[in-house]
Amino acid sequence: MIARPAPYARHREGTQPPYDYPAYTSTIKRHPLREPIPLAHTLSEITGPTFEDLWCGPNATDITRVNGREAMGQRIIVSGRVLDEDGRPVRGTLVELWQANAAGRYHHDGDQHDAPLDPNFTGAGQVVTDEEGRWRFLTIRPGAYPWRNTYNAWRPAHIHFSVFGPSFATRLITQMYFPGDPLLETDPVFHSIPDAEARGRLVSRYDANLSEAEYALGYSWDIVLRGRDETPAESR
Amino acid sequence: MKRIPTGSQTIGPFFREALKRPAWSDLTRDGARGEIVRIDGAVFDGDGNPVPDALIEIWQAGPDGRYAHPDDLGPVPSDRLFRGFGRACTDLEGRFWFRTVVPGAVEGPDGVRHAPHVNVNVFARGLLRQLVTRIYFSDRAEQNARDPVLASIADEAARKTLIAEKIAPQGGFVSYRFDIVLQGAGETAFFAI
Repeated sequence: MIARPAPYARHREGTQPPYDYPAYTSTIKRHPLREPIPLAHTLSEITGPTFEDLWCGPNATDITRVNGREAMGQRIIVSGRVLDEDGRPVRGTLVELWQANAAGRYHHDGDQHDAPLDPNFTGAGQVVTDEEGRWRFLTIRPGAYPWRNTYNAWRPAHIHFSVFGPSFATRLITQMYFPGDPLLETDPVFHSIPDAEARGRLVSRYDANLSEAEYALGYSWDIVLRGRDETPAESR
Repeated sequence: MKRIPTGSQTIGPFFREALKRPAWSDLTRDGARGEIVRIDGAVFDGDGNPVPDALIEIWQAGPDGRYAHPDDLGPVPSDRLFRGFGRACTDLEGRFWFRTVVPGAVEGPDGVRHAPHVNVNVFARGLLRQLVTRIYFSDRAEQNARDPVLASIADEAARKTLIAEKIAPQGGFVSYRFDIVLQGAGETAFFAI
């Protein structure tokens, strides 16, 4: 029998949202009623797609222009690393991003919010992380937008991120928020993460070192994926 | 001191323009050995309504049971053209499809061979984190009967939700049907991984 790489650590209590979370009304008809069945990790969960050779297409990290024409809004640089729980870089993994434009409208047929579309902004980007797990996007600060979860509800400004990591078990889709946004106080999606410290990790940090003089503001944000389980096999 | 893993947040309703990769529905697009099959399905909510804003991703071994990944420490996959990863967005009727090959049996941690299966992540508006399930194949009944993951599901009705049914060939390909029910009657068996 071949020696097996270790399984991934289970998520710590409170760091991930539940499926059943009625404050976010879309969960009501979409969460399973049965508890998910615990599955010990096999090769199926500890492997996953790899992207080092860019088969997923070229990096698109400056999303502030279309055909050389500039999008409206505040230019921002958003950058960070993909790390595991032990601080090790996750290299060669695909990071995809999407967001609303400066007016709070998505480039998507289903978004009927009465705010202007920007022909020079699609709000989509992608990058494969480098040797240090780094990624960096030049984009436009997204606007807040209304949604019909409850009367007069507005989502805080956010950028969606999709990250693969080294395995099927590390796959993550999440949202990055901005510091000081008053809408965070009442946003049910943000508050679905029970642990306050874990929730706070979804908020980026203004980073003067990342800002470029007379050009763009910088925000730092690291994405942390679950690491390997270090519990010895016999006590697992 | 360990870092706190980033919490999951919903994919929301507006991901399609950014994440759609129509080519990724066909895992055999670069060429593949083995018999090409189609998997067709749809996603439904607790009222039986289709879910038109779901993203389905699959991950599977090649026909030799090897994953295209460095942690699969066995011999190099015989089929280097097959990456084993697919993605599809559901349409207005909640439908998705993949063209792929039936994976080979994968060796489990205990050395037992698991029945051929495809690993599935389901993302959607209303899911704060993804749901994880597996697709097994109805015409592999003998292997399915010995599979330790299927055997761990006591409820037969729940177990059956993981078996893709062989249906009439679509476009000349051997075809299977695999629906995903998020909630209620016929609810798909989901895993905590």
